[in-house]
Amino acid sequence: MAGITLRNLVKAYGRVRVVHGIDLDIGNHEFVVLVGPSGCGKSTTLRMIAGLEEITSGEIRIGGRLVNDLPPRKRNIAMVFQNYALYPHMTVRDNLGFGLKIAGQPKEVVAARVQEAADILGLAQLLDRTPAELSGGQRQRVAMGRAIVRHPDAFLFDEPLSNLDAKLRGQMRAEIKKLHQKVNNTVVYVTHDQVEAMTLADRIVIMRDGHIEQTGTPMEVFNRPANIFVAGFIGSPPMNQLPCSAEAGGLRLADGTVLPVPARLAGKVRPGAALILGVRPDDISPEGSGLLATGEGAMVRLTVDIAEPLGMESLLYSRLAGQEVQSKVFGPRLVSPGEVLDCRIALDRAHLFDAATGRSLEAA
Amino acid sequence: MTRDLRRQLKAAALWLTAFLLMVVMCVPGLWVVLSAFRPNREILAKPPVWLPEQLTLDNFAKIFGFGADQVAIPVAAYFWNSMVIALTSTVIALAIGTAGGYAFARFRFRFKNAVFLGLMLFRAVPGIALSLPVFILWSRLGLIDAQLGLIIVYVALNVPFTAWLIDGFFRQIPEQLSEAAQVDGCTRWQAFWRIEFPLARSGIAAAGVFAFLTSWNEFALASQLTRSTDSKTLPVGLMDFTAQFTIDWAGMCAMAVIIIVPALILTFLVQKHLISGLTFGGVKG
Repeated sequence: MAGITLRNLVKAYGRVRVVHGIDLDIGNHEFVVLVGPSGCGKSTTLRMIAGLEEITSGEIRIGGRLVNDLPPRKRNIAMVFQNYALYPHMTVRDNLGFGLKIAGQPKEVVAARVQEAADILGLAQLLDRTPAELSGGQRQRVAMGRAIVRHPDAFLFDEPLSNLDAKLRGQMRAEIKKLHQKVNNTVVYVTHDQVEAMTLADRIVIMRDGHIEQTGTPMEVFNRPANIFVAGFIGSPPMNQLPCSAEAGGLRLADGTVLPVPARLAGKVRPGAALILGVRPDDISPEGSGLLATGEGAMVRLTVDIAEPLGMESLLYSRLAGQEVQSKVFGPRLVSPGEVLDCRIALDRAHLFDAATGRSLEAA
Repeated sequence: MTRDLRRQLKAAALWLTAFLLMVVMCVPGLWVVLSAFRPNREILAKPPVWLPEQLTLDNFAKIFGFGADQVAIPVAAYFWNSMVIALTSTVIALAIGTAGGYAFARFRFRFKNAVFLGLMLFRAVPGIALSLPVFILWSRLGLIDAQLGLIIVYVALNVPFTAWLIDGFFRQIPEQLSEAAQVDGCTRWQAFWRIEFPLARSGIAAAGVFAFLTSWNEFALASQLTRSTDSKTLPVGLMDFTAQFTIDWAGMCAMAVIIIVPALILTFLVQKHLISGLTFGGVKG
């Protein structure tokens, strides 16, 4: 087991830079998820850690050891690929034992470790099948098994669940979490799915365009997004973003509605500043049908355009200040299109961002 | 006409067409095989004797030097030359073609497309157009009437095709397999040899059969570059049966059968690979 350190890590293809000097410390046993939209450099970063991609400049250390110029096989890491990359001409048993065999381990050791991994992942019945005879979830498990048999310093996962259907993805997500709790390895996990990031990570690293936008625990990045990008990316459905301008009495929206400034941000708002008010759909609800309304709030009247009943809650689409706004009704209550609702915005959980820089006023 | 009847007629027409096409393709081959087993007298009979009245192995006995009358043709030497030249050139062409195909499939390098296109264009040049320049070069180099001379020519003929076919196979093997193997502890070479090579095996086998058959059957260049039993191959040896005024059809057909048999055996041996190889490579754009 070992931590991983990235220092000013840069990757460029010719003149095009795709990763711009990343700094990251991943602790021993930590489960870190790199998340971001496609093309943000997360997979490239992971492949640089694995040694499959040369680094342009900077430093990578695994367990304190500088590995910049080491080939993948000398880094003592294991990787699970998006398409599983199982060796199609080998049985599950040979797939699992391949790395140990290459390392020259005696047959008994290989057999014992393969059995151990098969037991952990429930693959014991499948050892003599070839990958073509397995379902997607089973292949996924074999790929993970291949990683754990070698007792590596760190696991690298490259979008391991994106080839599975939604139900299986949920199951495998839980299995990966269970596996981490059992094996307690250092894990670097890449995904574009913020739900995976939230559910699995000890710490989330949100990336965009080759930069790290924010690093923090799932609750930190959810509750205190550093900028408008993180606010929009983490959380589903995404945070509503309402342009507004600061004035003496509060925040004036595009249609002239004035809302009070959240108390905790009052000191940071300069009059005249162009801002964006960020409110999660969970924090806009008809009075009495929302989360506990204890803190400060403000009322707005919304006409429902579309209602999506989800059972225990409904997602509502309406317009506020010329913009589509999503809100929620908690509880099994039917809402019809055209219905006018007086909704409460929970201002104590609202966010303010600088319209020009996108940065959260809280961070400033 | 009922729809059922029309469909049956259509099927019958299809069968008939297919049958006629097969006849056109197969009859000359069958005729060669039949003629190998009957006496010259019957082959040359007018009107033709369609179905042989008697089958005999005399023709084979003759060319191998057994029996009463012998044909003084060194079939064994030709067979040996053909085997050595075809096998050696195939092995070399496969080694180069596999390495080249892998490089084209996996690596980025300058002028890659130009080099690839160049190889293909070279393949498009008819072999016979090369015979004169090759002859002049070889005569300066002392490679006329030498096995090595033909081996070099056949390697050059086969490399573009094998590289092209094998490139297609490596392209279909996801790169992540090699990467996974490297993370698992392999060197790049081990990853190739233990993972990618076995997966491309059917493609390499298909390329090998084609290369072998090309070398085995080639006549035009071989007839220019060979002179004696030192290097003459079987197809060139067939010409030995033509004298100034006569052609020994029976002997020639017997020898043609000798040429066909190893090719057939090889094709049967790798048939499974060949079919999956051809269809596999076929989907590549």
